[in-house]
Amino acid sequence: MSARDDILGAVRTNKPAIDAPAPTVPNYDNAYPQGADRLAALFAERLATMGGTWHALADGQSIDAVLQDVLADKVGKPFDDAVIASNVPEVAGNRPLTESDVPASVHDVDIAVLRARFGIAETGSVCFTEAELTVNAVAYLAQHLVVLLDPAEIVANMHRAYQRDDFVNANYTVFHTGPSATADIEGVLVRGAQGVRSLTVIPAPATPA
Amino acid sequence: MRIGLFVPCFIDAFYPDVGIATLELLERFHCKVDYPFDQTCCGQPMVNSGCHAEARATEALFVKNFAQYDVIVAPSGSCVHQIRDNLTAVEQTPDVKHVRENTLELVEFLHDVLEVDAFPWARFEHRVGYHDSCNTLRNLGHGKPSELHGEPFSKPRALLEKVAGIELVQIDRPDECCGFGGTFSVTEPEVSAQMGRDKIADHGRNGAEYIVSADSSCLMHQSGCAARIGAPIKFKHIAEILNGASQ
Amino acid sequence: MSGNEPNPAATLQRATPEAQPRPAKAADGKRVDHARSAKQFLNAPEHAKSHDTRVWAMRTKRDKQAHTIEEWEELRELASQIKTHTLAHLDTYLEQFEANAKANGIHVHWAADGAEHNRIVHEIFTEHGVKRVIKAKSMLMEECGFRHYMDSVGIEIVETDLGERIQQLDGEDPSHIVVPPVHKMRSDVARLFAEQLGSDPDNDDAHYLAGAQRDATRPLILDADAGMTGANFAVAETGGFVVCTNEGNADLSANVPNLHVASIGIEKLVPRVEDMGVFIRLLSRSALGSPITQYTSHFRAPKQGGEMHIVLVDNGRSKRLGMEKFWSSLKCIRCGACMNTCPVYRRSGGLSYGATYAGPLGLILNPTFDAHRYSNLPFASTLNGSCTNVCPVKINIHEQIFGWRQVLAENGHLPWTKKTALSAAGKVLASPKGYRVAIKTTNSALKHLPRWALYNRMNAWGEGREMPSPPDNGTFHDWYRRNRLKNQAKTPNEGDSQ
Repeated sequence: MSARDDILGAVRTNKPAIDAPAPTVPNYDNAYPQGADRLAALFAERLATMGGTWHALADGQSIDAVLQDVLADKVGKPFDDAVIASNVPEVAGNRPLTESDVPASVHDVDIAVLRARFGIAETGSVCFTEAELTVNAVAYLAQHLVVLLDPAEIVANMHRAYQRDDFVNANYTVFHTGPSATADIEGVLVRGAQGVRSLTVIPAPATPA
Repeated sequence: MRIGLFVPCFIDAFYPDVGIATLELLERFHCKVDYPFDQTCCGQPMVNSGCHAEARATEALFVKNFAQYDVIVAPSGSCVHQIRDNLTAVEQTPDVKHVRENTLELVEFLHDVLEVDAFPWARFEHRVGYHDSCNTLRNLGHGKPSELHGEPFSKPRALLEKVAGIELVQIDRPDECCGFGGTFSVTEPEVSAQMGRDKIADHGRNGAEYIVSADSSCLMHQSGCAARIGAPIKFKHIAEILNGASQ
Repeated sequence: MSGNEPNPAATLQRATPEAQPRPAKAADGKRVDHARSAKQFLNAPEHAKSHDTRVWAMRTKRDKQAHTIEEWEELRELASQIKTHTLAHLDTYLEQFEANAKANGIHVHWAADGAEHNRIVHEIFTEHGVKRVIKAKSMLMEECGFRHYMDSVGIEIVETDLGERIQQLDGEDPSHIVVPPVHKMRSDVARLFAEQLGSDPDNDDAHYLAGAQRDATRPLILDADAGMTGANFAVAETGGFVVCTNEGNADLSANVPNLHVASIGIEKLVPRVEDMGVFIRLLSRSALGSPITQYTSHFRAPKQGGEMHIVLVDNGRSKRLGMEKFWSSLKCIRCGACMNTCPVYRRSGGLSYGATYAGPLGLILNPTFDAHRYSNLPFASTLNGSCTNVCPVKINIHEQIFGWRQVLAENGHLPWTKKTALSAAGKVLASPKGYRVAIKTTNSALKHLPRWALYNRMNAWGEGREMPSPPDNGTFHDWYRRNRLKNQAKTPNEGDSQ
């Protein structure tokens, strides 16, 4: 472990001898709207700018129906043949996920349906941990992602998001903000670079366990 | 208040009209202005290249020439920045500190010290693109740079707006550097000239007949680029317009 | 990467696309000649214009995003303070980070330099029989020459960031730390992919090309034995680290293979989770002008059944920490905003810097690796200061560029001709008499020399510009003497009268 001791020793010797206390970080959420509905509206607006789709359920519409509405012409095969992996009780799906799945094996998934742990209005981001994903890789290897988000679980901004305890408790915590994207070829925006091609968020209160 | 007028070397050599306009303008406001006869340069050419030791004697001469004045005024942002922020090769005696703390660029002096509210003798019936030199904008605080969040303001534009007949045009990249950069202009000639051409094109595209600035060095570079490609745009130092030049 | 609009100039049909400029690399032991490489880049006008337009578009979008946030300047100040605090206590936070990471089941390694980093990772791969690695983009691994090393030991590295993959397939270094192939036009990518991936050489549509790469890379991702990522931030409080990508490639690298190795520079530390709010709000807004990257991924422990390693890399950082004028460059979060705003970078292209880091950031980092080789770089700047104003952690970049010039001059790294010329100038300018003589000579030389003599090859000014014409009535000094001194006694110590 000599490299460790050498590096730490050099850092100790060379670090600037200045009085530099850690600042307190404010929440900066005064300008954000109050109430779940208005935060959800802001969330939807920001999600759209990042290439995601906000899809509220029409009266009596099922989530399965939304899946078909939104993705039928995107899966590149008859919708009935689409492989749907669902981690939520609201959607049955036809491709169950288990913790023992080899990650690469989920590459056949056309649509993954997940519930977000929470959302962030500032950016239109949804958050997952391994608990919501079951197989982490499904959120990237699936072609399309559909996310249920409880409007009551939308925080105003990043500062509020990082006050949650997920980052201390979960092994893996990720914000998704729209689908995978790139503009590496002459600045042209391409959705579906390496990960999912689309991301749809459906507001849906969490069903009591 | 005794004012020492600093006419930087390249203004002395190539743009005497800028020095004359500055002197006359200050005198219009009843300032008592001296021109120390032995002045040369602020040391910037050497310091800009990292050669501080080589600038020491020049800096010392500058301080010797100007220490006796309450305020030193110069029509050149980059030189004022050098004096105020980088005149460090010489020992920091009380004289040196006095000179560094009391050197002002012309626009600052008119705007902040004299608080001029009118130029009754001035009329300039042309469309003007104002060139914020990087030194005046970001080192001397002539205005709010486009990168920073905050209330917009611009001291030179506030002065020019008091000139009858003038029309200020807005350009696409308002505070993009023109590419002069001191010795950069000769160590990186291609990039420098490309930046100069782009700058002129921005002003021309937006209808400017004149490019006006508080830094003659930027104007020297841009007018050199314009002359080479035959661009019809003209150049003026802000002192000349405020002093009543009509074209 | 996300967000830039297509460049209208580039969508014009071209009969024969302009060839991509490829600046010559400096040989080992030689100085990088930025000016010469920049000239080569500008000699391909379509590429040069497209590059400036695209990179400026990122700066414009950055302004738009920054200006929507009332507390933007406060956030910059907070970020700067957090980083300063961390660097002033870096040893403590490194130890805290290591202890927490180990407690979470992560293997932690330390590497003094790039070679040690590569050796450590190689050992991990050998132990696990790794033959193919999928990798997310990491500037640290570029510093270490990691890909070249792995090539030499027969382990296949597959870049999963589209931009980095393009550069890998082309055998070229990244020219921008966030958008690696920003200097390439779509015609260049079409030609490259046709050769390397078998795509249609006549189709230069970006969607088609990105799709071709996705299809070609997906099987490699599924079949990889290990994944590698860098890290944007490492949080001492949790022992976890954060990676920001737009394509989700860090998540693929970490979540598809069972083995995940993360290379982390020791300056990436922040103390607390709550600090991340500040940095995530600043990072992508500064970089690309988007509110956030599409993916912000927090890794705290290996996934179930997986194995995770962290290599903490110094590679000159602890030494830089001791440099009084330059240690604050370690605050850098690699957003690239300074490159996007830099008028010199935009006109010269990232490869002209001949180093891992291009642009203003490169001017102040590269000389810490090799002062002689990169001694020209701090002069590839107009010191306009825009870089300092966009920097989300408030590094005084342009002042450090200026500071490096002095260090290089004092340590004998300036070309002899330049040093001699400036020394002579210093002597002339320190003497009123000498100065007057020089001014007179300059003016009369300008009047009487023919154009060809003024603009010969030695006259860099004249390559793209005319000289100012000497004034008809002499200098200001002459005018003052004629008009203001005529009725007065002559100044007793007037330099040019002696």
